[in-house]
Amino acid sequence: MSVDMLQIPDWSDLGGFLPETVMFGAFLLALLGDLVVRRRPVVPFAVVMAGALTALALSFAGLDAPERTILGGLVVVDGMAAFFRILFSLIAVATLLVSWASEEIMGRSRENKGEYYALIALMTGGMMVMAEARDLLMLYLSLELVSLSSYVMAGYMRNSLRATEASLKYVIFGAVSSGVMLYGLSLLYGLTGSLTYAGVRDALAAGAGDPLSLLTVCVLLLAGLGYKIAMVPFHFWAPDVYEGAPTPVSAFFSVGPKAAGFALMIRFFYTTMQPAVDRVDWRLLIAVLSVATMTFGNLVAVRQVNVKRLLAYSSIAHAGYLLMGFLMLTAEGLQAILFYLLVYALMNLGAFLFVVALNNSLKSEHLDDYAGLGFRSPWAAAMMIVFLFSLTGLPPTAGFIGKFYLFAAVMHEGWYWLAIVGVLNSVVSLFYYMKIARTMYFTKAPADAPAVPIAPLHYVTLVLLAAPTLFLGLYWGGFKDLADRAVQHFTAL
Amino acid sequence: MADHLLSWMTFAPVIGAAVIAGLPGRYKDFTKWIAAAATAVPLLLAVQLFLQFDRTTANMQFTEHYTWIKSFNIEYFLGVDGLSVPMVLLTALLSFLCIIASWRIEKAVKGYFSLFLLLEAGMMGVFCALDFFLFYVFWEVMLLPMYFLIGIWGGPRKEYAAIKFFLYTLAGSVLMLLAMIAFYYNVKDPVTGGHTFNMLHMMDQANHGGILALSNVRFVIWMGLFIGFAIKVPVFPFHTWLPDAHVEAPTAVSVILAGVLLKMGTYGLLRISYPMLPDQAVGFMVPMAILGAVNILYGAFCAMAQTDMKKLVAYSSVSHMGYVLLGMSAMNEAGINGAVLQMFNHGTITAMMFLCVGVIYDRAHHRDINGFGGLGLQLPVYTSVFSFALFAAVGLPGLSGFVSEAMVFIGAFPTHRTITIVSALGIVVGAAYVLWMLQRVFLGEKNAKYDSLPEISARELCTLVPIGIIVLVLGVYPMPVLDLMKVSLNHLIKVVAG
Repeated sequence: MSVDMLQIPDWSDLGGFLPETVMFGAFLLALLGDLVVRRRPVVPFAVVMAGALTALALSFAGLDAPERTILGGLVVVDGMAAFFRILFSLIAVATLLVSWASEEIMGRSRENKGEYYALIALMTGGMMVMAEARDLLMLYLSLELVSLSSYVMAGYMRNSLRATEASLKYVIFGAVSSGVMLYGLSLLYGLTGSLTYAGVRDALAAGAGDPLSLLTVCVLLLAGLGYKIAMVPFHFWAPDVYEGAPTPVSAFFSVGPKAAGFALMIRFFYTTMQPAVDRVDWRLLIAVLSVATMTFGNLVAVRQVNVKRLLAYSSIAHAGYLLMGFLMLTAEGLQAILFYLLVYALMNLGAFLFVVALNNSLKSEHLDDYAGLGFRSPWAAAMMIVFLFSLTGLPPTAGFIGKFYLFAAVMHEGWYWLAIVGVLNSVVSLFYYMKIARTMYFTKAPADAPAVPIAPLHYVTLVLLAAPTLFLGLYWGGFKDLADRAVQHFTAL
Repeated sequence: MADHLLSWMTFAPVIGAAVIAGLPGRYKDFTKWIAAAATAVPLLLAVQLFLQFDRTTANMQFTEHYTWIKSFNIEYFLGVDGLSVPMVLLTALLSFLCIIASWRIEKAVKGYFSLFLLLEAGMMGVFCALDFFLFYVFWEVMLLPMYFLIGIWGGPRKEYAAIKFFLYTLAGSVLMLLAMIAFYYNVKDPVTGGHTFNMLHMMDQANHGGILALSNVRFVIWMGLFIGFAIKVPVFPFHTWLPDAHVEAPTAVSVILAGVLLKMGTYGLLRISYPMLPDQAVGFMVPMAILGAVNILYGAFCAMAQTDMKKLVAYSSVSHMGYVLLGMSAMNEAGINGAVLQMFNHGTITAMMFLCVGVIYDRAHHRDINGFGGLGLQLPVYTSVFSFALFAAVGLPGLSGFVSEAMVFIGAFPTHRTITIVSALGIVVGAAYVLWMLQRVFLGEKNAKYDSLPEISARELCTLVPIGIIVLVLGVYPMPVLDLMKVSLNHLIKVVAG
């Protein structure tokens, strides 16, 4: 057992751990508040919102900070950690806004609304830790923390058969894949004799591990991590869970844990597995998985008629694009991923929010029920068009800029075939995103189509997400700088 | 305005679109007047551009150069030369006339006119951009309005046509995107030494390095760009989106599609592919000429087989764009000048034809060539206007189409003798389908069903007559346009063919 595991945590380290502390504090406070003031979900909502905004404000300072290991070597705080803290706080804020006006969450018959908001806080904190883990134990713990809270969130509507089924599927898939990953971690520990990333890296650089066992480790670990980011072939849960869970929860899942999974993967693979690249070509492995993920996601999405399910497959495809950048092992690739995750969070939350907002009045997310929405609810539909174009990657939207940087990074490293597969996939994706546009604008609404009032809060949130999606397509300099600054001190490159 | 002429031309329609979007939907007439004003601004500025453009230099003029995204050397760089000015004039003119031609649109007026204005901005931007990234953004920005204009206001198969157009064009442009990135990383900015999107730097072979030094890579990039542009032209076998889109689109959108959008493909070849990869362009002369000949003949024969007037005009576009390709493949003064002149002339002539088809469709609500007959007696004014357009399309001497087609053949003959002779058959077939249609629609027995068909209105004549005058003037005296482009195009030929 390595010595650094036995270090006693230094309390002053908590200073570098503030945003997480705030989120966990908000979690406890929200639970407590919910206990004291029953049936007033506004209390936990306000607590968690305040927590997320505080965490957001606290996170900016760390962007230019050099790497610093805290809490006895379990977590590392650097620019990238700060970037993900910002991202997760933003996602939490958006999810809170989306949930507050959602009938699915706040409907009259729902119980335990307070707990729902508390869980958002817990998950956000957990995702932040995922982005900071630099120890195999912490890796596993943070992953499980996020997973366990998501099982509960997926099953939040416990009277709904669909939601319960989704939750159960999620638990079973999750348990299996985390078990598999744990096995991989134990193999890695056996090969290198260390739990810290630095220790693993040094051991691998010194030649520990033969190609076969390293390949086994990679595959087993990818099972666990691939599950989190919905990578083919560990994606099976995603469509069912996204479809079954309450839509705000699906929105949250499709961006939050996915980004956290990428953060974890980046830190783990870039730090520890880089020296082993000569013995196990995990880059090629991931390239193949990336192609499989985007192609599968896009092709299956083409056939979907349930918008939530369609967006679920689209989010699988987006994991594929991100994986392209992941395997470049360059600062450029990393910046592209971070920027894309930010853009993806905006546009995907936006698209899901549109579904949530309509679900309040339509009680359906079937594509046919969207007929004529372009004229029944012109402004909301116009914003949905912005999100759809952005998801396709068309200028002048943020999605194009995100994809542009990804492809540029891939081309710069000379993976031309991967870039070609990637752009052709974007063309395929156009077809199903435009299926939604087509239904909203080209199909006439039936005469008895219900009116679609949209909650004012949802309108505001839609604007808050659509405006940057459009603006970042025209001028993205400042936001790209955030991503560039975040990786400037990333030592694993 | 004088300092930022091109920016005003590009963004005046955007301002108009924003105003319209903010207007309550019930002000339908006001919306149309705003749209007319927003397209009149670029048209007036185009006149200014025409008057002030220096015809003695091949340098970029009216340039505007600003940093956009510093970290990636993306610039806001606009400028025009003799190749772009005719296209800019064409865009400004047709956009304005199309707004007038759309005056009777009643469905979702606000959406129609704001999308139309966005479309004009995208087209204008493509012809003015000198930064490859900016060019790409404008190129793609057009897709959104076009998709909705076809899909919402189009004919019975509008959904199919709209998505097909979108998918084809996007498939082409993503290849262009990759080519653009490949250029970015392998072209050196001569001043800073960094990467660049500046198209003028990309055109200078001295700045090329990295993989651009390898001839097989250059070939792959050339093909990527070529397919991207060929889909837009459209070159056989990428043309199948065109008949669908043109037929389903509302009249004014068909005019823009045929009049301006198709030119973007050949413009891209001349602006980007030729000067940036001259060695490949020279090596591709013969395939290009063959593709041109195929387009001319295939388009003409397809047109002959049509019974839908609009589809006939659509296929005639495929045929006429073949002349542009043939002229470009000649790589000499007559050929290239003829090709660009043909781009301009086809824009005007085909616009007239689509507008004329729109006129009859508005009245009879069908476009079946065999469903009319004897219209010449009923609608004499309309018949003469339409015949004028049709004869211009055939290439009747004295009208503009003749001049450019003749130049193309004169240019292509010494370079590709056999191919040119074969292509010349296209003129015969062209005359056949046009005259045959003329005969079936306007001559012969009068169809009693259309006894009460009203004559062409003053508003409709307003859209047709200005183009007709241009067609006539350029047929007699083509120098106003030839003078604009000659110096720039001769410079291009020198760069490419040495």
